[in-house]
Amino acid sequence: MLEVKDLKKSFGDRKVLKGIDLNIEKGEVIGIIGPSGCGKSTLLRCINLLEEPTSGEIIYNGEKYDRNRNLSKYRREVGMVFQQFNLFPHLTVLDNITLAPIKLGILTEDEAMKAAKRYLKKIDLADKANNYPDELSGGQKQRVAICRTLVMNPKVILFDEPTSALDPEMIGEVTKLMRDIKEVDFNMTMIIVSHEMKFIKDFCTRVIFLDEGKIVEDGTPKQIFDHPKDERLQRFLSKINTR
Amino acid sequence: MNIVGNFYQSVIYDGRWKFILEGLKNTCLIALGAVILGVIIGSIIALIRNYHDHHNNKLKVLNFLAKAYTDIIRGTPSTLQLMIIYYIIFGSVDVNIVIVGVLAFGINSGAYVAEIIRAGVNSIDKGQMEAGYALGLSYKQIIFSIIFPQAIKNVLPALGNEFITLVKETSIGAYIGIVELTKASDIIASRTYDYFFPLILIALIYLTITFILTKLISRMEVRLNHARS
Repeated sequence: MLEVKDLKKSFGDRKVLKGIDLNIEKGEVIGIIGPSGCGKSTLLRCINLLEEPTSGEIIYNGEKYDRNRNLSKYRREVGMVFQQFNLFPHLTVLDNITLAPIKLGILTEDEAMKAAKRYLKKIDLADKANNYPDELSGGQKQRVAICRTLVMNPKVILFDEPTSALDPEMIGEVTKLMRDIKEVDFNMTMIIVSHEMKFIKDFCTRVIFLDEGKIVEDGTPKQIFDHPKDERLQRFLSKINTR
Repeated sequence: MNIVGNFYQSVIYDGRWKFILEGLKNTCLIALGAVILGVIIGSIIALIRNYHDHHNNKLKVLNFLAKAYTDIIRGTPSTLQLMIIYYIIFGSVDVNIVIVGVLAFGINSGAYVAEIIRAGVNSIDKGQMEAGYALGLSYKQIIFSIIFPQAIKNVLPALGNEFITLVKETSIGAYIGIVELTKASDIIASRTYDYFFPLILIALIYLTITFILTKLISRMEVRLNHARS
């Protein structure tokens, strides 16, 4: 459903992505791992077209997308969750969630409010609806940010290190929400960049190891974590704690 | 020194208070008109430049003009700008001098307001813009419902300062013969041959205006900061 073809991205002279080919099927949960600076986040940001690829193609449901073509339509279908949450600090939790669907005319104000409240109830934050983001904990912020994406009814969600800015005790509530999403909607496609190896290992259906701007290994969590073939992946795994 | 006598000579005698009242009226009119014009011009300039920066150098010509305007206004004395507008641009047109004042000070202030707003917009974390884009919102929707509301709050103190500066700046309107507060004191002094009382009196009036404005602005800031809890 989502195809990345020979994607390259440079910042000035620095080549961050050196030709990525990726074919993503509906319902896949893909974990992207790799050493820092390998281009994981850049890949995600290019898929969402927040970064303009230097060359290559993004094809979604057979249609080619770039920065000048149907961008808004594409981004409604492909949501993104950020490491720093990026909630809108001047808006209440409720308004954070309802802003985009109302502005884009997807939902009426009434429908948006109802949908937002339904999501907030699901994540046990119904009582925070009228609070501002700076009154929430990091875990709560990220869960609200995920709701803000869900209310757009996306088909793909990109998670850019969703738990990296959180205190350790709050990581669980966010990963639990991600599991819940998958449980409710089996067809939801997710691409996750994360350092939570244990979570990647038992949540993802497919894991991609990225190094120096290229996909080095691509396989099931079992293949990647238990039987790594490439020497670079072996070295990477030996350095991190996978327990 | 006979204060009562001085006061009588400078303010009461021959209806001289009328000059002060006229001056106060014109100072307030010009400052108010200019701040409104300045904010309008400043916002437009800031928008043009921000759009240009975010859209791979689109609006090249407009951006160049906007930048040139800011540079020229900020690089020349406001007295000179006032005189150019009055003697050259409106040189052969019969136009109300207060309106000339509003235009000149508004055009001047616009350049400074533009820089203030630009700084405010640039101070907003770029993640805000990205979150907006990621939700499918357009540049325009993001600017008006996400970036501007946050930026305005950040720059309100600076905008308030700009307004206070503007009130004092209007005193150079005397150069082209606008009867604002400073000119009013000058007129009175030229009749009483005593500069002390009129000048001090006018200084006190300026102080009172800026004092009230400072209070109003800080109250507005407090309200904005508390509006959220």
